Amino acid sequence: MNGLAVVLIVVVVVLAATIAVLLVARRPPRRLPVRPGARRILVPFAGSLDKTVLDAAIRIARAEDAVLVPAYLLVVPLRYAEDSPLRDEVKVAMPLLEAVELAALRAGVPVDARIEKGRTLPHAVRRLWDAEHFDRIVAPAPAPGREGFTPKELTWLLTNSPTETVVLKPAA
Amino acid sequence: MAAGVGKTYRMLEEGKQAIEEGRDVVIGYLEPHDRPETSALARGIEVVPHLQAAHGGLELNEMDADAVIRRAPELALIDELAHTNAPGMRNEKRYQDIDEILDAGIDVISTVNVQHLESLNDEIFELTGVRVRETFPDRIIDEADEVVLVDLTPEALQQRLRAGKIYKADRAEAALLNFFTAENLSRLRELALREVAEDVESRRKHSVLDPLSQQAIAERVLALVEPQPKSQRIMRRAWRSAERLGAQMDAMWVRKPGHELTDEEQTSLAALRRLAVVLGSHFLEEEGDDLVAAVRRIAYERGTTYIFVGTPDESRRREVFGGSLLSRMVRELPGIDIRVVANRADRPEPEG
Repeated sequence: MNGLAVVLIVVVVVLAATIAVLLVARRPPRRLPVRPGARRILVPFAGSLDKTVLDAAIRIARAEDAVLVPAYLLVVPLRYAEDSPLRDEVKVAMPLLEAVELAALRAGVPVDARIEKGRTLPHAVRRLWDAEHFDRIVAPAPAPGREGFTPKELTWLLTNSPTETVVLKPAA
Repeated sequence: MAAGVGKTYRMLEEGKQAIEEGRDVVIGYLEPHDRPETSALARGIEVVPHLQAAHGGLELNEMDADAVIRRAPELALIDELAHTNAPGMRNEKRYQDIDEILDAGIDVISTVNVQHLESLNDEIFELTGVRVRETFPDRIIDEADEVVLVDLTPEALQQRLRAGKIYKADRAEAALLNFFTAENLSRLRELALREVAEDVESRRKHSVLDPLSQQAIAERVLALVEPQPKSQRIMRRAWRSAERLGAQMDAMWVRKPGHELTDEEQTSLAALRRLAVVLGSHFLEEEGDDLVAAVRRIAYERGTTYIFVGTPDESRRREVFGGSLLSRMVRELPGIDIRVVANRADRPEPEG
């Protein structure tokens, strides 16, 4: 075997090794697949979501190996038909849901976000649990100066929720 | 303006005129108001068979949008644009069916009362005390090539009502006392006249941009989704871009033949459909083995200019040996922008 043949063999081996490394190393980024039958935790909110409430919901989801379902609730004013598109309201919901989704995914919790609408917040949340199964609901408690469930709506939620419901108090 | 002014009659007259001009015209849907003059005028115009839908013990007639598209006439006459379809139909609203028919290259003449216009809903309630539940988005009026006001004085309309030309006698009396009062009709007439005047003014301003330029810059977004949680993100991002572009948006799932949905997939699919309604976009479900071929067909049918797709779940190995889905899309969808919607959580967090 002459020198040229040896060099060729070395080049081929190095190339093959490089391709093999690339195939292994450049896999698509790690996904957070939703496990079939995984528990689902609904976090309904409107207007904004307090960070302490979000963090707590993420911790609960991680501890239970569950999928977090943050749901932005939209109220359809009576002047519109119930199934009208709500462009302006959705514009507010979009970035917020992105931020919530990002925080959960970074914490290693799979997310399945929703936007749901109804004539009132309880109506919207009821539509969600009528359409989907949830194992737990984590709702933010009312806070002065913030949009979201009123004390009366929260009482309704606690009374009518089809599953275990946790109410979290936002940071002062 | 209001029921009974003669919108359907006028639509049929336009249809007959078009037939005389040699155009291929069909009736996509005619509201069966049991008005002899209207029925007489409709005679001789081909009617596309309706769909029968059962709801609450009633047998409902609905327009078969697919049949109209398959028939491919030049012009379809479709009554009652603001109508809500029976539950279980692909689209909830007739105007969504009409959008699909227009997208298939078929001209449409439709009818609607001014009180169904979404932005006027509150005003109508204040003026008449009646809350109209069936509404349609204002963009429909903006997008129409022409808006024709069918006008009738309140007195003449009441006369028609009393003569039993709109409703049967027993219903007519109640109508005269409720919605069809002279005051209500005058207000509705004023609103209708104002709306058409504003539409004419707006068209005058828009005509600065010639049709060719409008066509060149018109955008339409297509979000490719699957019944998976990540598709919610794809639809949201696509919608935000569509908003910035002033474009309409479609979302589409290409289902493999014989694919049985799991419970999770059914939930995800239903959630995607609900999101499409909230966003005011169209949700399409196509069946096919070849995703790219299905996308190509729909994209060219609907005039898509911008496609949103999630990061493909392909291994590097499959990409190298089997060919990348994205490369195929770029190659086989010339003239269409493609954006891959990434998962922001995959982005490395800034240090420090």
